[in-house]
Amino acid sequence: MTAQPQSTPAPPPSGTTSGTAPGSVSVAAPRPVRAAAPAALALGDDALVLAQRLGEWAGNAPVLEEDVALTNIALDLLGQARTLLSLVGDEDELAFGREEHEFRNVQLVERPNGDFAETIARQLFFSVHQELLFTALAAGDSALAPLAAKAVKEVAYHRDHAERWTLRLGDGTEESHRRMQDAVDGLWRYTGELFEPLDGLDVDLAGLRAPWLERVTAVLGRATLEVPQGADRTPWAAGAGRQGVHTEAFGRMLAEMQHLHRAHPGASW
Amino acid sequence: MTTTAAPAATAGEAVATGQDALRAAFDAAVAEDTRIEPRDWMPDAYRATLVRQMAQHAHSEIIGMQPEANWITRAPSLRRKAILMAKVQDEAGHGLYLYSATETLGVGRDELLDKLHAGRQRYSSIFNYPTLTWADVGAIGWLVDGAAITNQVPLCRCSYGPYARAMVRICKEESFHQRQGYELLLALSRGTAAQHAMAQDAVNRWWWPSLMMFGPPDDESAHSAQSMAWKIKRHSNDELRQRFVDICVPQAEVLGLTLPDPDLRWNESRGAHDYGEIDWSEFQEVLRGNGPCNEERINRRRAAHDNGAWVREAATAYAAKHGEAQA
Repeated sequence: MTAQPQSTPAPPPSGTTSGTAPGSVSVAAPRPVRAAAPAALALGDDALVLAQRLGEWAGNAPVLEEDVALTNIALDLLGQARTLLSLVGDEDELAFGREEHEFRNVQLVERPNGDFAETIARQLFFSVHQELLFTALAAGDSALAPLAAKAVKEVAYHRDHAERWTLRLGDGTEESHRRMQDAVDGLWRYTGELFEPLDGLDVDLAGLRAPWLERVTAVLGRATLEVPQGADRTPWAAGAGRQGVHTEAFGRMLAEMQHLHRAHPGASW
Repeated sequence: MTTTAAPAATAGEAVATGQDALRAAFDAAVAEDTRIEPRDWMPDAYRATLVRQMAQHAHSEIIGMQPEANWITRAPSLRRKAILMAKVQDEAGHGLYLYSATETLGVGRDELLDKLHAGRQRYSSIFNYPTLTWADVGAIGWLVDGAAITNQVPLCRCSYGPYARAMVRICKEESFHQRQGYELLLALSRGTAAQHAMAQDAVNRWWWPSLMMFGPPDDESAHSAQSMAWKIKRHSNDELRQRFVDICVPQAEVLGLTLPDPDLRWNESRGAHDYGEIDWSEFQEVLRGNGPCNEERINRRRAAHDNGAWVREAATAYAAKHGEAQA
């Protein structure tokens, strides 16, 4: 193992540009990082893709305070993505050089922003999950523990923000209640994937399902919303996002994100 | 512009001591460089001028998010994406400071936003130009933020306290963004031939609009004389514009980029750069709403506001039910 060069990312992104990016230093990574690399890639992709979605809100939010808040959350997630992807390889090669099927994010985070309720429902589901996961990771001694310890503070803020808006929208007006319930129902089938096992992660993701459901149920209840009764994952794609199977909207999102970088191969920015 | 009556406490005082005494106290405070504060008496026209200028300033921060946000999803590296997101977030924050500062003059933020959306209050003409390439993000940082800072640093000494204090905070953040924009352009200028060309093209398109940010020439500036007498403004439009040109010329040299003005040259006798004639007809067209992006910018702003109405109504309804401080 130790003889293997560092620049080989652990999961195989076959389309990833080979070689080391200009400026990146080739240092032998400690073993724990390599072991955790598949998980770092998946969690980094989650954060990157959601940051990209939230970045679309800049200048479009319902109130200025939300322009600040949503961009702030996006920025936190982008910071997490950069740290996680850098554990695996060159952050820009990974972000801009891979194709859809090489991304390991859950489908939940790639769902389009929709209206404000859809954005909030997505954020609630994801943030509660992230908070549980990072709390558990921070308590362990894997290579991801330091990242998790820092990020858990940010994620608690994201969760709190999503929770408060879930309450305001769910228990606000008739229209906001309807929209919030629709958003929760529509995204529900993307939540089961959050608990699929992830290589290289020393946290039992399946074990987070019960506390996640308990927390989400509590928030939805206080918001006078129903917990959806349908399946919490899509039956038609085993593993889905974690195995590189994505939704239609994702390809377009990546095309936008990557086009400039790809138009200037080898350029530095 | 509607003006608001002076606060009740001072209005009562006005009856007691008389308008003349209040005006004399105000004039003395301005002369002595003492800050005017929200509860102090001030002439209606001073209040109206500040509302106009501060609201326009706040609106510019908010509309100014759009040309840059246009590139957030396409930034070519994660580092640049993070920098740009942080910048756009700061702009929303600057808008919030400035609306708060304006509210101390007795107008509500909602009223100001309504006026922006109805086209009855302006924002800086610069934001009606499109961001066509990634290099525009750098040109905005260097030139547009640079011009804004040149304008705003003297405002840190403005006679109205809340405005001056907002500007101190804003200028600190702006100068950071300006350096980042410059560094972005430098990376492009020293990059591939295509990147260098992209940087030069952006500077070519943003140079003149940036010079227009200082407003009309001194002999055509409607508000200047009064604003300077009130110490809202400290320098004339042309003085600030000259200062900006003199700062930019050596910076362009370091960048390895040229400024698109054949008449630009050092004038030994003036100790300053001479520069070419600004196309004031273009400036007037943009102010009249006929710039390349006026319609898009205001439509986008209205759409964000209108699409968010149900969200604000929900927050209000929830707050009423639960006694929460309103969002």
